[in-house]
Amino acid sequence: MNIASITQLICFVALSATLVLGALGVVLLPNIVYSAFLLGGVFLSVAGLYLLLNASFVAAAQVLVYVGAVNVLILFAIMLVNKKENLAAIPGLGLRRLLSGAVCGGLFLLLIRVAFTTPWALPGPEAVGEEATIRIGEHLFSDYLLPFELASVLLLMSMIGAIVLARRDVLSSDVITGELVDQGLIEKERTPLLLENSPR
Amino acid sequence: MELTIPSTIPLQAYLALAAVLFCTGVWGLINSRNAVRVLMSIELMLNGVNINLMAFSNYLDGQLIRGQVFAIFVITVAAAEAAVGLAILLSLYRNRETVDMERFNLLRW
Repeated sequence: MNIASITQLICFVALSATLVLGALGVVLLPNIVYSAFLLGGVFLSVAGLYLLLNASFVAAAQVLVYVGAVNVLILFAIMLVNKKENLAAIPGLGLRRLLSGAVCGGLFLLLIRVAFTTPWALPGPEAVGEEATIRIGEHLFSDYLLPFELASVLLLMSMIGAIVLARRDVLSSDVITGELVDQGLIEKERTPLLLENSPR
Repeated sequence: MELTIPSTIPLQAYLALAAVLFCTGVWGLINSRNAVRVLMSIELMLNGVNINLMAFSNYLDGQLIRGQVFAIFVITVAAAEAAVGLAILLSLYRNRETVDMERFNLLRW
C-alpha cells in the first residue's frame, strides 16, 4: 500500500458513504425539496467515482447534464407542483413497504452474489487513463456514429415533446360538437399558478 | 503481488455500490406517493447502471473504453426522459390537481 492507493481508498469510502446516505435520503425524507438537493449530492459523488475510474470526460458530462440540467429541472418541477397536500391514508401501506423492501433486499443479495461469484477476467487490459477522452471521440465518430446522430434526433424529439406536453392550450369551442367550452375553465387556465393556500 | 491495474479498489466494490443504488431506486419507485420522487428514483437507478458500466469499462475493457461511450448514451437518454417525464407530470398535475401516485388510477379496472 503506497500513499496513492491509500488516498484512492479513502476517496472511495467517503464517496460511497455520501452516495448511499444521499440515496437513502432521496427515497426516505418526507420533504421533497431536501430530497432534490440530496439527489444533487448523489450525482456529484457519482461524478467523483467516475474520476476514480479514470473517466474525466464522463465525470464532467455527469456534472453538467445531471447536476446542471436534470436536477435543476426537478427543482423547477417541485416548485411548480408543490402544493400542500394531505395524502389520504391507504390500507396496507406498511405491509406493502415491508414486502417491497424484502423484494429489493432479495434483488440486492442476488446482484451481490453474481458480483462475487462470477470469475471476472481480471486483470484486464491496462486502462488508457488520460487518453480516455480521445478514445471516446474516436468511438463517437467511427463505430458509434449512428447512435450518436440518433441521440441528437432523440434530444430534439424530447425537447419538442416536452414543450407540446407542458404548454397549456384551451380551445374556446369543442372540436367535435362545436359548442363553446366553460368560460370559467378558460379563466382558470389563464391564471394557473394562483394558489388558494400558500405553498410550503 | 504484482498489480497490473492502477487501482487497489476491487471491481466488486463498485458492483456492490451500484447494486445498493439500484435497489434503493427500485424501492423508492415502488413506494413513493409523490410523482416527482418517482422520477428521482428512476434517476438513481440509471446512475447505478452507469456506475456498473464505468467499472466494467475501466477494469475489463481498459483499451477500448466502450462502457464510457455507453454511459454517455445513457446520460443522454436520461436527460430526455427527465424532460418528457416532468412535462407529463406538469400536465397531469394541471388535470388532476394532485401529485399523489395513488390517485392516478383513471385507467385501473
